Amino acid sequence: MNEPGLFVFGANHHTAPIAVREKLSLDAESAAALHAELAALPGLREFALVSTCNRIEFYVVAETGEAAARVQAAFCARQRFTIEDFEKFRLSLRGQHAVQHLFEVASGLDSQMLGETEIFGQVKEAYAAAQARRSAGPVLNRVFQKTFQAAKLARTHTAITEGRVSVANVAVELAVNIFGALAGTRVLLLGAGDIGEKTARAFQGRGATGLTVASRRMERAMELATELGAGALPFEQREAKLADFDVVVGSTSAPDLVVSHGATIAAMKRRPDRPLFFIDLALPRDIDPAVAGLQNVFLYNLDDLAKIADRNRAAREAEIAKCRALLTERAAALWQQVLPQIGAMRRPGETSPGASGLSSPDNVSSA
Amino acid sequence: MSSALTDRQWLWIAAEFYLVVFLVGTFAQVRGRPHSSVFNYLLMVVGYVCQLMGLYLRGRLVGGCPLGNYFEILQFTAWSATTLYLVIGVTFRSSMLGYFTACLTAALSLVSLSVPAWDATRRTDIFGGNPWIEFHAALALFSYGVFALLALTSLMFLLRNYSLKSKRVGGWFSFLPSILDLDHIGVRLLAAGVTILTVSLAVGAAWWLRKTESVDVLKILATIAVWAAAGTVLGLRLGRKLLAGRFAWTCLVLFAAALLSLWAVNASRHPSSPAATAVVKS
Repeated sequence: MNEPGLFVFGANHHTAPIAVREKLSLDAESAAALHAELAALPGLREFALVSTCNRIEFYVVAETGEAAARVQAAFCARQRFTIEDFEKFRLSLRGQHAVQHLFEVASGLDSQMLGETEIFGQVKEAYAAAQARRSAGPVLNRVFQKTFQAAKLARTHTAITEGRVSVANVAVELAVNIFGALAGTRVLLLGAGDIGEKTARAFQGRGATGLTVASRRMERAMELATELGAGALPFEQREAKLADFDVVVGSTSAPDLVVSHGATIAAMKRRPDRPLFFIDLALPRDIDPAVAGLQNVFLYNLDDLAKIADRNRAAREAEIAKCRALLTERAAALWQQVLPQIGAMRRPGETSPGASGLSSPDNVSSA
Repeated sequence: MSSALTDRQWLWIAAEFYLVVFLVGTFAQVRGRPHSSVFNYLLMVVGYVCQLMGLYLRGRLVGGCPLGNYFEILQFTAWSATTLYLVIGVTFRSSMLGYFTACLTAALSLVSLSVPAWDATRRTDIFGGNPWIEFHAALALFSYGVFALLALTSLMFLLRNYSLKSKRVGGWFSFLPSILDLDHIGVRLLAAGVTILTVSLAVGAAWWLRKTESVDVLKILATIAVWAAAGTVLGLRLGRKLLAGRFAWTCLVLFAAALLSLWAVNASRHPSSPAATAVVKS
């Protein structure tokens, strides 16, 4: 354990439900503060943070396992999680397995919606952020650059991206199951981010015309509303006007709920005979989960939508195997390249990481 | 019009067509594949025509609308439900409505055919040659057919609601119509059922007032109870007091109550004329 190595730990949709992931998520400010804190940790050579709706993962190059464990401790302390609680949901890999994991993440093989391509950009952003903060060094530079090559290779040499269904399209299909034709359906988009915009466009593509945008930044709401040919609503009026809408898409980055249980009850009293469909694409979540218990109210969060979108996974098993084999081969080759760099961190007299079996299955855990 | 087949033989054939639609639909659901709604619709039409033929022959035999025993009442109710399905089934996404209608009509038809005691006694001329009484009875039974279809759409609503709430939207749930469409069709069917039953009772009441001893109190109470219950449910729904799943469950109970009331109606039937006492033993 007290040997230098490449480590990855964190939590993702495989290991933690959305209720845990939202507690572990970091906003930009917290991420910056954590970065500064980690930079000062002794024994930590390099690190990068991949943070998306479905995962928060630390890629760490450390002189010892204990140094890597200090990153975990700092993260848990910031998120007010005990180490014991975190370990219940923790992903923890090292060595070649960590490389392989990053390859699978970037290629969409590990995504909640198999083969999705947005993750590639998110990993690129994570690497760019690490470079900007100077926390990426020779090992992570090589690993991430090779990761992007491997992900591109996987996407072009396998059919892993074919047959995928987007969250936005699943949301629209669900709305059709509730409302039938969407021509007269009124949609409120909370948040003006990318995923919300895609969902709004998917609704428009199916004939929804009554679209309204509300964002914490009114100018951004106006901007997106103009692009979409939609109306704009001051964000603070969202709950008071809730009864005017049939579909509410939550996609803000707000740290707290933006639609409460009480406001939904009040809205349903005004429109008891018409269903209200909440699509919560945010993490942390925007919509109070308790609204799902109300009559005529339907709530789907990211995990729910992703599970539906991934229904055709079984039909794609052959491509998954092909993609994984391709990535495993490249991960093994890359690991052999970075091993000397990591070995160079050893103090005099220590055995090499390769000889001590950093990449052996014993070094893998996913609680 | 003469026929090589007897009325019951036509009705058996009709029941078998309905059963085939149900079995084909079930097989398709189990395999998770959509079935041809056009093919099933055609099978339902053939079954409907056979049932119509059987009821026509029975009507000629008993000298009026065949509503003289449990067998005939159940057959007429099944026929009414199929009539409505064939009319409204094409107006909205309804492959599942056809499936459920086939299930209900096959069950009603086969059960009625399988209990010989229910058709052991055939009463002729039960309406005493009065076309208004016959119209009243036929309308009342037709409204029960509407309630049968309402029960089916309510069941579909509950299944759709369950699928959306439990987030199991794949498989055969995907063939169900939207929850809003099912709610709308449920309200319309209930309104139609209440209207038809109201007209039926109005016609019946007009003749009953002329000869109050002609109808048993139990029959009047049972019929008025069903009518009042249906009217109350409609009022509560239109007043937005009874909605969604609760409305659907209530409609299912309403149909069950309507079926139970048929027992009271049939058990307390009084002959309205001396001719109606004629009995045909099968």
